[in-house]
Amino acid sequence: MIVYILKRVAIAIPTLLLLIIFSFLLMHAAPGGPFTQERELPAQVLANLNAKYGLDQPLWKQITSYIWGIVAHFDFGPSFVYKDRTVNEIIAQGFPVTLTYGGISFLVAVFAGVTLGAVAAVKHNTIIDYFAVGISIGAQVLPNFVMAPILVIVFTLILGWLPGGGWRFSDPSFWIMPVIALSTSYMASIARIMRSSMLEVLNSNHIRTARAKGLPGHRVILRHALKPALLPVISYLGPAFVAMITGSVIVDIYFSTGGIGKAFVDSALNRDYAVMMGVTILVGALTILFNLIVDIVYGWIDPKIRY
Amino acid sequence: MALLDVKDLSVRFDTPEGEIHAVNGVSFSLEKGETLGIVGESGSGKSQLNFALLGLLAKNGHTTGQALFDGKDLLSISERELNKIRANRIAMVFQDPMTSLNPYMRISDQMAEVLMLHKGLSKRAAITESVAMLDAVKIPDARNRVRLYPHEFSGGMRQRVMIAMSLLCHPEILIADEPTTALDVTVQAQIMELLAELQREFGMATILITHDLGVVAGFCERAIVMYGGRIMEEAPVDPLFETPTHPYTRGLLDAIPRVDEDQEALRAIPGNPPNMTGAPKGCPFAPRCALVDERCRVETPALMEFAEGRARACFRSIEEVAA
Repeated sequence: MIVYILKRVAIAIPTLLLLIIFSFLLMHAAPGGPFTQERELPAQVLANLNAKYGLDQPLWKQITSYIWGIVAHFDFGPSFVYKDRTVNEIIAQGFPVTLTYGGISFLVAVFAGVTLGAVAAVKHNTIIDYFAVGISIGAQVLPNFVMAPILVIVFTLILGWLPGGGWRFSDPSFWIMPVIALSTSYMASIARIMRSSMLEVLNSNHIRTARAKGLPGHRVILRHALKPALLPVISYLGPAFVAMITGSVIVDIYFSTGGIGKAFVDSALNRDYAVMMGVTILVGALTILFNLIVDIVYGWIDPKIRY
Repeated sequence: MALLDVKDLSVRFDTPEGEIHAVNGVSFSLEKGETLGIVGESGSGKSQLNFALLGLLAKNGHTTGQALFDGKDLLSISERELNKIRANRIAMVFQDPMTSLNPYMRISDQMAEVLMLHKGLSKRAAITESVAMLDAVKIPDARNRVRLYPHEFSGGMRQRVMIAMSLLCHPEILIADEPTTALDVTVQAQIMELLAELQREFGMATILITHDLGVVAGFCERAIVMYGGRIMEEAPVDPLFETPTHPYTRGLLDAIPRVDEDQEALRAIPGNPPNMTGAPKGCPFAPRCALVDERCRVETPALMEFAEGRARACFRSIEEVAA
């Protein structure tokens, strides 16, 4: 097990390096640069700017010095656009916000999705099942850029219960709408996966054995059906968790939460190379980490998997 | 009074293609300690009949009729009451030991939960009893292997685990649903031998569902031959094999290849098992029967007792069938 984890971490390092090199090259392959503006800068000014940020160096040198900065100092460089801020500062400010509302959204989505899907499967082809399927389809087809303004209209403008935007760690009323907007579609996906896998498990032979033992219905489900039914959900959860905690542009824009979702999109629009790279590496590293965690959880649930 | 008295039991399934009549008005009884074989090919309704007794039908299945056990009708009592009988007084061994055990739980947990539920034992005592039962089904090194998961056992060993699990509460009836079908031939013989030994030791009445007449001959005192969800013939095993009185039974016996005869080809019964959709009409075996006439196709022969313990459902005379 320990050997397996070390192996996976060892593979993660070249994977991240490849990710860095590819995104770096892609970024530079696109026409224009961080200082391209509608009104062209004087040639001398542009040359000075490029020299300051090292953009006059050959590409391989830019890449190696960038990677060296990360490895040696954990320094992701200065922002190209916000002159007085580093990437580390931007991520350190935005990431805790997305981590908070993303993490809560994740818990809500998993708990509600698993419950909804499991109940629908157990009550297969009854009114409860149709209701649960209806909710999850509704949640799936209502995109969050539609849901977010509706939430603001209802809870802020009409009812006046919740603040319409902004972020305070100390006040959960700021969290509620971002969490609802972010979690619903994930909740719907989890519910659908859970429902179909639970239906399959409930029809399997070992469930019939469990019923033949005289176990009451809820014990059959909780003790014998839940674990195997969760396996497909778990493989979905790794990437979903990363996507949620690295934030959503929609949520950041509608609720002005100031998370890194907005920082990421702004950086792409502004050609803020350093911020873009920083967020890409963060998402990449988290994806690798959570895929590893999913594999470990799999091994813990399914005794046939041994590393 | 019989231990189990099944009267006019029918099983139907609602499907998008129509109603499937899996079992049609089956009646039989089982005495204390008796071994009864239920024989039939795939789709004859023999498994569904027994699933119905323990309320294990798929959700779209319905039953009518009665199955009296200890004064209670198994088909109409509540799930709660049925749960007190399942595994405790009537236990079941399933066909496929590869999938019938829970692959995500240790054998110890799967077995112990039965005793904890029905006998109120502590987990520790339940595991001790489970190990003793694994010893009884001759699983070597049971004390240590009880901690393993099902995939760490071979098919034959898993079926032994399944049998041990079914006997934990010393049930009055054991239903074995094709317990050897999924196993190698050599392992089949071992499992049947073990079942026979345990049956003598524990004295429980046993219903053995199988398509293998040889297994019935070796294990059972009495047999029921089913086709198309109906009983075709019922008899003690010896006369059934010596003088079959139903064309279907005869066909089954003729289909057994013999090593002492020079035989060119296998003698199969021509045709296919019936489509069970819609209400049945006439004798279900009529389309494949060599002795069929017009009456067989429109009228359903009733199961009639013609000698002590022997019954048949056929319009043809016994002599005609024997000829």
